[in-house]
Amino acid sequence: MDTKVELHSTEKVKLTVRDLNFYYGSFHALKHINLDIPERKVTAFIGPSGCGKSTLLRVFNRMFELYPEQRAEGQVTLDGEDILSKKLDVSLVRAKIGMVFQKPTPFPMSIYDNIAFGVRLFETLPRVEMDERVEWALKKAALWGEVKDKLNQNGSSLSGGQQQRLCIARGIAIKPEVLLLDEPCSALDPISTGKIEELIHELKADYTVMIVTHNMQQAARCSDYTAYMYLGDLVEFGPTTELFMKPKKRDTEDYITGRFG
Amino acid sequence: MNDKHLSTQFDAELSGISNRVLEMGGLVESQVARSVYALTQFSGESASQVLTAEERVNTMEIEIDRDLSAIIARRQPTARDLRLLIAISRTIANLERVGDEAARIARTVQRLVNSGVSSRMRLPVNDLAYESELAVSQLRKALDAFARLDVERAVEVLKKDDLIDQEFEGLLRKLITFMMEDPRTISSSIDLVFVAKAIERVGAHAKNVAEAIIYVVKGTDVRHHSLEAVEDVVR
Repeated sequence: MDTKVELHSTEKVKLTVRDLNFYYGSFHALKHINLDIPERKVTAFIGPSGCGKSTLLRVFNRMFELYPEQRAEGQVTLDGEDILSKKLDVSLVRAKIGMVFQKPTPFPMSIYDNIAFGVRLFETLPRVEMDERVEWALKKAALWGEVKDKLNQNGSSLSGGQQQRLCIARGIAIKPEVLLLDEPCSALDPISTGKIEELIHELKADYTVMIVTHNMQQAARCSDYTAYMYLGDLVEFGPTTELFMKPKKRDTEDYITGRFG
Repeated sequence: MNDKHLSTQFDAELSGISNRVLEMGGLVESQVARSVYALTQFSGESASQVLTAEERVNTMEIEIDRDLSAIIARRQPTARDLRLLIAISRTIANLERVGDEAARIARTVQRLVNSGVSSRMRLPVNDLAYESELAVSQLRKALDAFARLDVERAVEVLKKDDLIDQEFEGLLRKLITFMMEDPRTISSSIDLVFVAKAIERVGAHAKNVAEAIIYVVKGTDVRHHSLEAVEDVVR
């Protein structure tokens, strides 16, 4: 399907997807996806369950490789480097492309160690610098004020919204370039959701953010570009305001106006 | 194309508010017609009927506005639905102005009647009646296009707007001649100039409604576009 979109000329492309196909065994889950993700912008993926949006995100940091029956064909390049190439170490890909999941998944350890754990995999930092890094990540994730006096408490003692921000802090502590958020707010109340959306807005100053969401209003609120997917096809991709005000495709319009069914 | 939402309640709300707009449109259309009838018959009674009904027009605008806000708050509409609600907001503002113009004409009629002006003075009120027929027909066509979201019909309204402008210019020349020939008619002729202008405004509001319909269906804001540019959008 032709979904070519002209990005604004000032925008640099961070991640390029070319003729990407993905299979769960014999099931063809993503079909010939072509997409340019702009740098330091928020790109949202919307579409009904099973449309392939989470699958696409999982391809971007090679999460699927954990399962032998799943395979991706085609090209995904990050700054020109093919990240699907077997020659590239998967942990290096994930150091550049971090991911936060639907359910908050704090490690069963202290708040401090939740952040430091990932950093230690890639860097050996002196204690003082590690303290600084933990504080930096927690501040970035807008959680520092709430946890600075209890860094030694277990991560799971936090509320759901705080746990999710802890996961985002953990994701950015290793200073990735791209942040993938898979339904980051679906288990959160509106106030925590508001805080995460505010955070997403701030994160795009430094990161390229991609978010999968079932909540169309959330996509409309916090993204610069939106992609609408259906049954493994990328149906429409464009600037969020245009897609929600005047979508080019009838299918997109039916979905976002609630006429889908 | 699937026109129904998953939420039948949402469908009911949208068709309900559209019907209210049409009802308001019908009301202001009859207000204009009645005010011009009052003029041609020099009927103070018809004029007061218009002024009494003016209240209802204003109330309807406020009620529809309130329902609009409620739908936006509850449904967070997008795309065509959002454009429809924005267009309704613009439309009722224009209809309310049409109601104001009718009231303005009615007040002028009352003043003329009270100052003893009557059909004996042979003022060109029938020319004004013709101008108003054009304007009311434009308004009716625009409302009809709104009811069916019919862009072709909306474009017809835009095409015919010039006719009313021409009629207004012609009336102006005629009234000036009238005043020069018989300076005793100056005061009432000036009143008629304002009536002619009010009718011309009714036509302009009908045009605005037609533009709002094109915005709903095509997603392009065609205000301040040339007729050719609008036809390009619609094509």
